[in-house]
Amino acid sequence: MRLVTREVLLSFRRTPLLSSLSVAAIAFALFTTGLYFLVSLNFRSALEGLAERVEVVAFLMRGTPAESVTLASQDIAAFPEVESVDFVSEDQALARARVELEEFREAYQDLATNPLPASLEIRLKPPYRTAEAAGAVADRLAGYPFISDVRFGRDWVQRLDRIRRLATVVQLVIGLAFALVAVATIGVTIRLTVLQRAREIAIMRLVGATNAFIRSPFLLEGALKGLLGGVLALLLCWASFSAFRTGLGAELVDLQFFSGGEMLLMAGFGTLLGLVGSLLSVGRHLKAV
Amino acid sequence: MIRFARVTKTYSSGTGALRDVSFHVPKGQFVFLTGHSGAGKSTILSLISAHEAPTSGEVRVAGLNVHTLGAGEVPKLRRRLGIVFQDFRLLEYRTAEENVAFALEVTGVPERMIPGRVTRALTQVGLAGKARAYPHEMSGGEQQRVAIARALVNDPPIILADEPTGNLDERATKGVFQLLRDINAGGTSVIMATHNLDLVRETHYRVLELKQGEIVYDSADEPGEEDL
Repeated sequence: MRLVTREVLLSFRRTPLLSSLSVAAIAFALFTTGLYFLVSLNFRSALEGLAERVEVVAFLMRGTPAESVTLASQDIAAFPEVESVDFVSEDQALARARVELEEFREAYQDLATNPLPASLEIRLKPPYRTAEAAGAVADRLAGYPFISDVRFGRDWVQRLDRIRRLATVVQLVIGLAFALVAVATIGVTIRLTVLQRAREIAIMRLVGATNAFIRSPFLLEGALKGLLGGVLALLLCWASFSAFRTGLGAELVDLQFFSGGEMLLMAGFGTLLGLVGSLLSVGRHLKAV
Repeated sequence: MIRFARVTKTYSSGTGALRDVSFHVPKGQFVFLTGHSGAGKSTILSLISAHEAPTSGEVRVAGLNVHTLGAGEVPKLRRRLGIVFQDFRLLEYRTAEENVAFALEVTGVPERMIPGRVTRALTQVGLAGKARAYPHEMSGGEQQRVAIARALVNDPPIILADEPTGNLDERATKGVFQLLRDINAGGTSVIMATHNLDLVRETHYRVLELKQGEIVYDSADEPGEEDL
């Protein structure tokens, strides 16, 4: 192991340019991939934010007894799709309308009687914030005799569904393409290192080194370069992220960076790429000579 | 020690091929391989060191059938061979002693044993004083001596030398050849491919002359039969 470590250090010292270049190539390949995933992450979280607004509103008939409403609320809260049920009384509805609908403030001011019905506002659990699930809940709500009308903005929820589905597919396809380009770049870079050391490999074989012995410094070197590249890519991502957020104004949108686990994943992915890339190119070389 | 039995090797290019070659080199013998370029000298050495496989026939080295060796056994075979080339094949960024030590390190010799054996090998080739020199700081003859020290350091029973003096001036040639003779005197078989007929005439070692892939002359007279 000590020998292997020494060989790797020697290789870094001997070919600083090629070593830095390959680390840089890995870093940039992972950086573009990382940047893409960062954008994708924030796009998803923005869509999730929109989906949070998916709610079903059930309007109650005037004069519905309070006990019926309470019982029904408990009943509805027990639906598997439902996260919470809020009762909005006629008075609360009017007060809210006065605040939210400024254009009609005056009209609402001089009312003799309150025209707004009481309602139940039903929020759905995250996986059920779709047109289909909301529709199913709405259908069930319509079955209560004291519920006069159920609304959930079917059109925009459906549109949101479509956008989310499309976004998932597009993200997957582009993400895969980015990852493949990264793998190819890293493979070529490592192959270059192997070719550059072809002479040394030939001499190692000449004096009776086993293939496993020849391979090990390359594997460690590849993994190390991958790790360095991964960390460098994360730093670059963080720098671009910070610059972007500062330019945009932090208060405007709530942008997210990778979580700790995702950062580890990225560094680990870099290491794995380096390792696999080396394994493949050294293996191919050893087979060829 | 080395036995070729009806060995044929064909290449798509045609040059360097062997046709039905049989011979036997007993332990401790010094053998010259002579002949023009492309006659098959290097092919014989490549077959012995398992860098090539015969198209047909059998090559046995130190009791191993080279043709049937698994990938894991080839390194074991090479550790019983010391191989020396015309172009030295030293690692330029390592000193003489590091180049020699390299052959021990890659074969897993315990680290504490390495310095002693390296010094002994370098002393044997007369380069103890140049242990810390890099190849580019040495003459061709000195570089070839380092390569021979590397070949010797594992105490192989066989040394293969492919035109070891091809790149050297007359004085260095004499020195390197004398070194190989000394090594042979210690009981190591030496197979040396060469163009230098002066060296061949200088001694009474066995000569195998190749022409277009066939042995056309064996100074031991009965190729493949003697010393069985």
